[in-house]
Amino acid sequence: MTTVEEHLLPSAEPVCLIDQHGVPHEHPSYDLPTKEALLDGYTELIRGRRFNDQASALVRQGRLAVYPSSHGQEACQVAATMVLKEGDWLFPTYRDSVSIVSRGVDPIETLTLLRGDWHSGYDPYEHKVAPQSTPLATQLPHAVGVAHAARLRGEDTVVMALVGDGGTSEGDFHEALNFAAVFHAPVVFFIQNNEYAISVPLARQSAAPSLAHKGIGYGVPGERADGNDLAGLLAVLGQAVNNARAGEGPQLVEAHTYRVQAHTNADDATRYRQDDEVTPWLDRDPIQRLTTYLEQQGWMDDDVRRRAESRAVQVTAQLRDGLMPEPAVDPADLFKYLYAEQTQQLREQAAFLRDELAREEA
Amino acid sequence: MTHTKISMAQALNQALRDAMHADDSVVMFGEDVGALGGVFRITDGLTAEFGENRCFDTPLAEAGIVGMAVGMAMNGMRPVVEMQFDAFGYPAFEQVVSHVAKMRNRTRGRVQLPMVIRIPYGGGIGGVEHHSDSSESYFAHTPGLTVVTPATVADAYGLLRKAIEFPDPVVFMEPKKLYWAKEEVDLTEEQPGIGTAVVRREGADATLIAYGPALPVALEAAEVAAAEGRQLTVVDLRSVVPFDDETVCAAVRRTGRAVVVAEATGFASVSSEIVARVTEKCFHSLAAPVRRVTAFDIPFPPPKLEKYQLPSVDRILDAVDDLQWEDS
Ligand SMILES: Cc1ncc(C[n+]2csc(CCOP(=O)(O)OP(=O)(O)O)c2C)c(N)n1
Repeated sequence: MTTVEEHLLPSAEPVCLIDQHGVPHEHPSYDLPTKEALLDGYTELIRGRRFNDQASALVRQGRLAVYPSSHGQEACQVAATMVLKEGDWLFPTYRDSVSIVSRGVDPIETLTLLRGDWHSGYDPYEHKVAPQSTPLATQLPHAVGVAHAARLRGEDTVVMALVGDGGTSEGDFHEALNFAAVFHAPVVFFIQNNEYAISVPLARQSAAPSLAHKGIGYGVPGERADGNDLAGLLAVLGQAVNNARAGEGPQLVEAHTYRVQAHTNADDATRYRQDDEVTPWLDRDPIQRLTTYLEQQGWMDDDVRRRAESRAVQVTAQLRDGLMPEPAVDPADLFKYLYAEQTQQLREQAAFLRDELAREEA
Repeated sequence: MTHTKISMAQALNQALRDAMHADDSVVMFGEDVGALGGVFRITDGLTAEFGENRCFDTPLAEAGIVGMAVGMAMNGMRPVVEMQFDAFGYPAFEQVVSHVAKMRNRTRGRVQLPMVIRIPYGGGIGGVEHHSDSSESYFAHTPGLTVVTPATVADAYGLLRKAIEFPDPVVFMEPKKLYWAKEEVDLTEEQPGIGTAVVRREGADATLIAYGPALPVALEAAEVAAAEGRQLTVVDLRSVVPFDDETVCAAVRRTGRAVVVAEATGFASVSSEIVARVTEKCFHSLAAPVRRVTAFDIPFPPPKLEKYQLPSVDRILDAVDDLQWEDS
């Protein structure tokens, strides 16, 4: 018999099904994902990595205002959406562009916020992806609301809510966990613990044994996984989604990963951490270990490679072609979307700007 | 006295450093203010110089930062806290309006809160969503808060020193687009105190009233107007609360016409307060209704559209032209 407390506490070690050398490990609670899932995951990882690196390059060319890359965290990004069904929701942050693209959102629409032509470029209802949230953790109570509404409406929906390690310090994180638990809402809170919040290391965010331990105080089961092991993440997140869907209430999952690059292009990480801290993490790369494993299983043939490469080439081309031209922006949009019915004052201000621009033209 | 060419960011840094040297009870904390020196480098080198107990990073939680500052101020310290960006100060709003602003009054003056909340604010830096808000009106609207905003390098230093020495909590709004502009200044030169507006330029025809990020635009407009034959006075508010009615009204009475220039949205704002006060107090000196050049009443636009939102020289000159110079 396990006690309630034991049920709520995470595993003693982060769940890892394929280690950094590509070696598989048995786990008492989790099975290795299927060959098909891992091959799909491989393709998504390759594409995600290419997306990250191309987006970073485009920042250097002035095509994006800023890009918070998830380079090195692609296993988390990809797993978070692979475990969802079509009717499920994703609540991403600014760092989760790869997750959003993985969910099926158009890459250019995904980058609208970071290009700077509008605050959010995609239709949240089309793929059930909420707008990317920049104010940390503030999206989490929304995720609970969507999940609670789904239950009240009798929908079979699970909500995947993403947050960083730094974000877990905000009050909204705690309120969301508590609300979700009290209302038994089908939310999977997924913390990508990449050890840094800009310059601030994890030790300054939390004195808990792990971030997954934070669930127990709210009555939410916590689990943790190696954040660079796609197999482990698919198993753990898949289980969490299943539990939430089966009516077991919210679930908390922490992925242990690392932000190998700076916070964004605007950040200089050498001011607060040494390179020798970063180097070991390069050997724990999520793509490398999965590739090794797939090769050792004899599953990595030319077909798999070609498929992954062609998806990656496709997304790079999409980014290049889509972001190269200056985006067409219409100043009239500034006034259009604030209210269902535009106020008299906004109509006047829109007219003022229209006249001003007409005079400049003349 | 020696003049040095420094930026507003450096002047703020120097003010913190000098205040920490002058008074052991001054502590600085917030997000990324330690090793990194703040995302704008305003706290650069302070941890190295004063140690972890005097300048430190906190967990990422603005309500916690301001709430802890309240407690530390209650217990004999002078905390200076940084909200990383304007819009990221909102999680602390509850602490600011319910406690920081009210503590002195509810304890009949027994508990003072000498603390400074530093907030980089405003647009003009191509920031994505939530990085360009002008939030001063929320604070100015809250009785109990002192709200100041420098527009020059000398004031950045002088006002921050005075804010740290102030007996009451000060919301210190830093116009982030002015962080990097350098000026030749002598930091030891005494600056006017909190509650004092300053006339930055004299001119007999009309008065521009501006503050923070709008001041350089107003001064530029006055320059252009002068070339076109119209002499403008430019008043730099510096202190939104307390409000310097005397300096502002004296200028308006001298010129008989006024335009308020602010980067914030205009509706129910600091700029509307200025218009109301000037109209109430200077009605018989006014030759025309007081005009405003503010942002549109919309959320701050994305980078590619922000130029339409910011007050411009042309908009200011158009507003001046509109001040009923002749009977029609
Ligand atoms: C409420 C709020 N405060 C501050 C910030 C500024 N900020 C942006 S990202 C960041 C660090 C976030 O770290 P973490 O949650 O660990 O996510 P990561 O960036 O590492 O993915 C900070 C402080 C913000 N976006 N929102």
